[in-house]
Amino acid sequence: MNSHPDGKVTSVVVAGLGGQGVLTASEIVAVVAFRAGLDVKKSEIHGMSQRGGSVTSDVRFGPRVFSPMTPAGEADFVVALAADQADGVRGLLRAGGCLITPSAIDEKALRSKKSLNVALLGALSARLAFSEQAWLDAIRAVLPPKFHAVGLEAFLAGRKGNAC
Amino acid sequence: MRLSDRLLLSGDEAVAHAARDAGFALATGYPGTPATEIVESFHELGGKAQWSPNEKVALEVGIGVAFAGARALVAMKHVGVNVAADPLFTVAYAGVKGALVVVSADDPGMASSQNEQDNRRYAVAAGAPMLEPSDSQEAYDYALLAAEISERWGVPALLRMTTRVCHSKTVVVKNGAAPPPRAPGFERDLQSRVMIPAHARPAHRKLRRKLAEIEAWNVAAGPNLRVAGADGLGIVTSGIAFQHVREAAPEAAVLKLGMTHPLPMAAIREFAAAHGRTIVVEEGDPYLADALRAAGIRVEARPETYRFGELNAGRVRRLLAGDATEEPAPAKGTPPQLCPGCPYRTVFTTLRALDCIVAGDIGCYTLGALPPFEGMDSQLCMGASVGVGLGLRHALPPEQARRVVSVIGDSTFVHSGITGLVEMIYNPPPTGHVLLILDNGTTAMTGLQEHPGTGRSIDHRATGKVVFEDLARTLGVTNVHVIDPTADAGAFRDLLAGCLASNAASVVIARRNCLLAAGAIKAYEQCNEQPS
Repeated sequence: MNSHPDGKVTSVVVAGLGGQGVLTASEIVAVVAFRAGLDVKKSEIHGMSQRGGSVTSDVRFGPRVFSPMTPAGEADFVVALAADQADGVRGLLRAGGCLITPSAIDEKALRSKKSLNVALLGALSARLAFSEQAWLDAIRAVLPPKFHAVGLEAFLAGRKGNAC
Repeated sequence: MRLSDRLLLSGDEAVAHAARDAGFALATGYPGTPATEIVESFHELGGKAQWSPNEKVALEVGIGVAFAGARALVAMKHVGVNVAADPLFTVAYAGVKGALVVVSADDPGMASSQNEQDNRRYAVAAGAPMLEPSDSQEAYDYALLAAEISERWGVPALLRMTTRVCHSKTVVVKNGAAPPPRAPGFERDLQSRVMIPAHARPAHRKLRRKLAEIEAWNVAAGPNLRVAGADGLGIVTSGIAFQHVREAAPEAAVLKLGMTHPLPMAAIREFAAAHGRTIVVEEGDPYLADALRAAGIRVEARPETYRFGELNAGRVRRLLAGDATEEPAPAKGTPPQLCPGCPYRTVFTTLRALDCIVAGDIGCYTLGALPPFEGMDSQLCMGASVGVGLGLRHALPPEQARRVVSVIGDSTFVHSGITGLVEMIYNPPPTGHVLLILDNGTTAMTGLQEHPGTGRSIDHRATGKVVFEDLARTLGVTNVHVIDPTADAGAFRDLLAGCLASNAASVVIARRNCLLAAGAIKAYEQCNEQPS
């Protein structure tokens, strides 16, 4: 378990390209932590960065969170939705932090490429203390209903994935 | 507090919630990152919301609402306040009856802006009280407080936010109720509201008296937080910088200013006197540091390098350590680009092929300045393409002047391009000019908002429509063309080449719906055609 059960803040950075569902993924993480009663801050950049450019979104949770931004070198987890983005964001991790890339899961087994974001959350979820049910509920709360089936399936497949 | 009382809201959403809960009669503005979601959320929450053609008009509408005794929320990005500055400065003299809350959403680090101006300076210049939230809870609380201050002292109140406050989601609990709004009604008060010199002179004195009262209130009861800490180091801060400070230096004593104009000088003086060393941690300009030092309070400013870009906890740690050495550059990501299949791709390929000198503007199409197109030669502010293009035409030798084209998007044209078009027919350069309006049927860059050129209001229902070709002809432009640049790229190129060679003033409207909006636009059009 890479999160901090002792009360420290856990920092997750989701990175990818505009259109890959970075903000959807970070929203799901934020909702899981929020519903668990934790303090949560989720930070994201809209606008110019969304036209296919790099997008990152931070989610930080714990008993009390101050800054919404994860300083470079202090992320506990970096979820990189594009393998070629991984090198650029590796420097965000703290020593011993966990980088989760598409190689953590079996991409070919995904019914839809669009569900890669949720699949990688599956891999992340195995390393955080929230229950599987809490994740499934959060995915249902964030994704539009027509993506529920594909999203939940991708998440459960990713949860068996092998990261870090 | 029960868990179910908690909400997870962005700063923008929190402001909209506060305005709804306080019975604001209207929210208006012009889309601009990071402020856009304020007006949109107010609409989604069931409030009366609308997009104005630009921020100046939005503020004037808001002023009218507040003159009527109702509450108005006017939201814009930082550069929008430049556009709205004219009414802002004088309504501070005139005063308001109902609440007038103006949100300035600044963008330090320029995630999606052309500059990182620090609008705290506007509060001083206009003489408006200003609140600076540091998270969504404060965005909610301070929006309510801004309304209260605005009504209590009859002044417009600024709510100054920044990108990370606008777009970060944090926990909000709605504590305390907003006082109910008064019933609107007209009360004649021409002494206050007709700002001829004879009325404005006493109005200015009255404003200064109000600000002195507000400062005294800010010292005694303002939303300023004192965090106890070790005796040695004291930190004065505001806005998002406070959150970074608390993470970077949890042991330090902190004075966090919620209202940063007028500053609670007496409280700051007392705090600084109680600490051996007092340092100001702020994002952007040295606004606080300059003001405190001018008041004779002994504080340290940060090294100049921290004036640039956003702060974060890591940078604040360096700053507090007095480290002014060069900072490691953040990892370079993939730059944004025009969407695959975007109709503007054809436009910029054509402009390059014709070797045009392109005076550009603000919107998605500004991405045409990046490789592979590099099809834009200037870009400053909303609407500048038209005036700058005309100026180039006036000064350049004729063979270069004939290559100049002003390129502006549909929403930007409505915002600030129409007066440029008037200039074009009133002061035409000897070589004529070409104004190319890129009409993709939406305000694409900020997230597909409607505008007066779409003929649909914020709820996508049909309303009055500005038809660009009709407007141009009415203004006296004889050479007006409407073309889909993607239908026949050769025809588009020939049309543009002909206009450039003609010595006439031409308006070319390249019309093709944005790919991201096309489906929705079709659905709105069908819906609006149904008899209601």
